[in-house]
Amino acid sequence: MEILGHYNYWVAIALMMLGLYLVIARGNLIKKLVGLNIFQTAVFLLYITVSKVAGGTAAILKEGYTLYSNPLPSVLILTAIVVAVSTTAVALAIIVRIKHAYGTIEDDDIMARDGDP
Amino acid sequence: MIFVVPDVLLLALLLATAFAIARLGNLVAVVMLLGLYSLLMALVWVVLDAVDVAFTEAAVGAGITTILMLSAVALTGAEEKPRRRRRLSWVSLAIVLATGAALVYATAEMPHLGDPEAPVHRHVAPRYISESPRETGIPNLVTSVLASYRGYDTLGEVAVIFTAGIAVLVLLGRGFRRREDEE
Amino acid sequence: MNEHVVLRVVTKALIPFILLFGLYVQTHGDYGPGGGFQAGVIFASAFILYGLIFGIGATRRVFPSRLLLLLAALGLLMFAGVGVAALVMGGNYLEYAVFAEDSVFGNHIGIWLVELGVGLTVSSVMVTIFITFAGFGSVSGDTR
Repeated sequence: MEILGHYNYWVAIALMMLGLYLVIARGNLIKKLVGLNIFQTAVFLLYITVSKVAGGTAAILKEGYTLYSNPLPSVLILTAIVVAVSTTAVALAIIVRIKHAYGTIEDDDIMARDGDP
Repeated sequence: MIFVVPDVLLLALLLATAFAIARLGNLVAVVMLLGLYSLLMALVWVVLDAVDVAFTEAAVGAGITTILMLSAVALTGAEEKPRRRRRLSWVSLAIVLATGAALVYATAEMPHLGDPEAPVHRHVAPRYISESPRETGIPNLVTSVLASYRGYDTLGEVAVIFTAGIAVLVLLGRGFRRREDEE
Repeated sequence: MNEHVVLRVVTKALIPFILLFGLYVQTHGDYGPGGGFQAGVIFASAFILYGLIFGIGATRRVFPSRLLLLLAALGLLMFAGVGVAALVMGGNYLEYAVFAEDSVFGNHIGIWLVELGVGLTVSSVMVTIFITFAGFGSVSGDTR
């Protein structure tokens, strides 16, 4: 497993940066939310990568196995996944309300509508 | 070898899917690809021995998030405006590349994948693994840590999801619609 | 969806199995992967499938929104209530070991109740959010 080295971390960072690019460079609100979701999931990948132990098994106790992967990051990420879906649901509700009020979900159109007296 | 090949393949597929999400303009296709991305991520986590988390991500990410986003896209329109999409924003790209380089430099000191001597395996985790059968008697370590050792965090998490339900009801529910009908 | 006979028949055949699988994941969270969150989401997906195929009106008849809100609040109250019960019986907040003479059995009781509360809240909130999103466009009329 040493040949993998830091490959997982680099992929997680690349995914994070792709999500960040979508958030700051795209105008459509739903595309921004998709970028945020990609970012969140890539952060979870970074945490779960740290928890793996070479030669270990999943964190469920059973006779015959002595080496287990670390259960603690799994617990943190379980909470984080549920919080991520909650914020996604509320963000989608806000986007639907914005569409209802402004008629568009592109952010430059929304700023133009707001700028008019 | 039985671990390296799925890991490398699945992570390459993840990168390809995320890149396709960035390039597409049809939002329905983007939401479908996001569901695929969540499922691939769940598979990566199974390979990394985090089975509880993979289960949750497959159910929540590939299931609930996809259906909620499809409902929202049905209510708001399915095409991204093409003018912004085709142009590559150089300033954002520069910011993103600089942040990525800083993060890669920061992770250069982190332990290799699977290192059993990593600091994260030293302090609290061995105590949970060794004491959990004697104190809780439950084979699934993640459930015993989540519900018993770290019960406060789980209480906060249930409160968060309850608040999200209330917030969505306030934003889109009966009260809003009744006020709209009266105007 | 009246012309999609295949979808309706297959959905009616599948939903009991989905609910049964959700119940299995909820109760066997101690011995394999699973627990409250996963089970709540699987339960919710059965009702969401019903709502997709048979319409929101039918889902509202099966699961009225007052009942959904009551179950969600009940789940969170059950979790916090277990902690208060531990206080009443002489231990710290959420210290399950005081529920029985054998502290391991007390832990089992506490974890079972807590996971049940979590499953209730998660499933009710997911179905509520879906029904709210799906019912928004049609009921508000043509105010857009």
